[in-house]
Order: sequence, then C-alpha cells, then structure tokens
Amino acid sequence: MSLTMIFISAILVNNIVLSQFLGICPFLGVSKKISTAAGMGLAVMFVMTIASIATWLVYYKLLAPHGLEFMSTVVFILVIASLVQMVEIILKKSTPALYQALGIYLPLITTNCAVLGIALLSIQKEFNLIYSVCFSLANAIGFTLAIVLFAGLRERIDMSAYALPKAVRGTPIILITAALLSLAFMGFSGIGK
Amino acid sequence: MKNNSFDNFAKGIFRENPVFVMMLGMCPTLGVTTSMENGLGMGLATMFVLIMSNLAISLVKNWIPSMVRIPCYIVMIASFVTVINLLMAAYLPELHAKLGIYIPLIVVNCIILGRAEAFASKNDLWQSFLDALGMGIGFTLALTLLGAVREILGAGSILGWNFIGENGYPVLLFIMPPGAFLALAALIMGFNKISGASK
Repeated sequence: MSLTMIFISAILVNNIVLSQFLGICPFLGVSKKISTAAGMGLAVMFVMTIASIATWLVYYKLLAPHGLEFMSTVVFILVIASLVQMVEIILKKSTPALYQALGIYLPLITTNCAVLGIALLSIQKEFNLIYSVCFSLANAIGFTLAIVLFAGLRERIDMSAYALPKAVRGTPIILITAALLSLAFMGFSGIGK
Repeated sequence: MKNNSFDNFAKGIFRENPVFVMMLGMCPTLGVTTSMENGLGMGLATMFVLIMSNLAISLVKNWIPSMVRIPCYIVMIASFVTVINLLMAAYLPELHAKLGIYIPLIVVNCIILGRAEAFASKNDLWQSFLDALGMGIGFTLALTLLGAVREILGAGSILGWNFIGENGYPVLLFIMPPGAFLALAALIMGFNKISGASK
C-alpha cells in the first residue's frame, strides 16, 4: 500500500470515528462548538503522532527482542499516559500560547481509545516506522475532520432545537446526526480497492 | 448503609445504566454489536475486567498514595485486560478474532476507570463487587440488546440462526456503521420513554 493510499483510506474510506468507532467519547462529548472540536482535533493529532513513534520504538526495540509482546497493552497505556503528561509540561514551559489552546484537552486524551487503538493497529499491520507515523497522522486528520464536521452540524441543530420532537431531544438526535454523517462517509467506500 | 447493598447492585442495571444513561464505553458499544453473540461476548469480557479491577482496587485502596492512584489503577486494569485477552485467544479464538482490537481497548473503557475512581476506591470489598456486578450486567444487557436489534434487522438472523430465508432482504444498513448510531438512538429513545414513565 502506498503512502497516498494510507492517507485517503484513513481519512475518508475507513474513517477512524465513523467507520471504526474509535474515539467516540470525545467525538460525542467535545463537539458542541466548532472551536472546541478543532482544539480537540489538533491535540489528538499532536499526541497521536508522537505516541506512534514512542510506541513503535518501545515495541520493536524493547518488547519484541525480549519476547514480551503480550505486555504491549500494559506498556502502551503507560507510555501514552506519561507521554501526555510530558507533552503537557513541555508545552506549558516552552509555548504557553499553544498550551492555552490545547491544555484542557490534553488530560482527556489519555483515555481516548483512538490513541491506544491506532498504536495497537499499526503494530498489528506490521508497519515500519515511517508508515506507522503516516498512518497515525492520517487517522488523526480523519478524526479532526469528523469531529469538526459533526460540531458544525450540532451547532445548527442546537439553534433549531425547539423544532425537534420531544422524544429525540438530547442524546438521540446527536446519535441520529452521527448516523447521517457516517452514512455520508460511506459514499467513499470502494475507493482504492 | 446496610440497606444499600441491593441498591449498589441494582443501580447499574437500570437507573445508572452505563450505556443508556451515562453514555460511557461508547466505542465497544457501537463497534462490536454487529451480532448478538458479539455483544454478549464483549459485555462478559468487560464485566470480568470490571469485577476483578473493582475487587483489586478495593483491596489495595489504603496503600496507594492518592497522588499516583490513577496510574496505579490503569496498570491494574491493563493487567486484567491482558489476562482476559490471552484467555480468550486460547479458549475462544473465533470470538477473539471477531472482537479484535476492542479487547485490548477495554483498558480505556471509561466505565472501568470510572467505577474504580468513583466507587471501589471508597467502598469495601463486598460493596465494590456488587457495584461491579451490577454495572457489568447493565453493560452486557445493553450490548446484547443492541446486538440483537442490529442482527435481527441487519442480517435477518438471531444468534446466528437465520429466520429470513435465502431470498429475504435484510436491512443491511443496520450491520453497517450508520446502523449502529441509528439503533442506539432508537434504543435510548425507548429507554427514556420507559424511565420517564416510571418516575
């Protein structure tokens, strides 16, 4: 598979949120406004790309040579948690502006299953380091695209919430909107096969 | 506090159902429920981790300094997830292959860390067990129900038994990703109706 195909496939065809169901919690939780959704998307992009490098190195340089592959779940979640903490501290010291923008989303990312999921998936697919970084970046872009589009839809719906039937107010309409967005993305299926 | 035992057990099944009310653990809920069997399997695997981690955390809660408690909980949860992952790979290889990536992802299921932090770290062993059992049953019920709805509508079968016949046209959409959102939306509407009526 070429790098271009990895990007097209991860962003449009097999979108991480809408067709693989990873990172649903932030997708539903942090998508009330476009600005916060974009902030969350950027933070995920940042962390996911760095985490893919870290977990790849840990797996192939530390775990695999010693036959400890079965420990990957435990080790990866620790690596990701400490990485998020470290990124937070470094950003706070070095670029306060970026920290202001991403700060509140960073702690939430540790429990974002997309980060761990993509780290595990790129090991499963036996990517090399460069492919694994591109795969993570592409999926993070897919996540950002999905959450920003979704926030845009939700802003519109909130403005006309009074017109909704009582039964679908609250959670159901959010899920129905997500279903429609997911349906729209299904239009891309078949590309690149 | 004695009368609370039953309440600690029962609240997770209906009143504080992790899926329908608290909206926790959405990724496996939507991702694996293409059939009733998958939903049931995922629910039981999560229940195992939930019970074991609640018990373990309740046992060691007094020895863990509060500053590092979250990383400690995560490591304990991850260990139990590794256990169930290896057990399922050995004894239920088919189900393990179907659930795939979602088994290791039980680690980041917010229900488990949520119960550890909100309940097991403050309560004794027996109450923590009841809480985990109730929440686990609530989660399993929700996943099984969603899996059943999607399998009946989307594949025309139930637990693998095909009732629609070879010439039937099931609504394929329901075993595809958009169907997961739609089916869950419909179930939540129904759940809200029932719980609203019982108030």
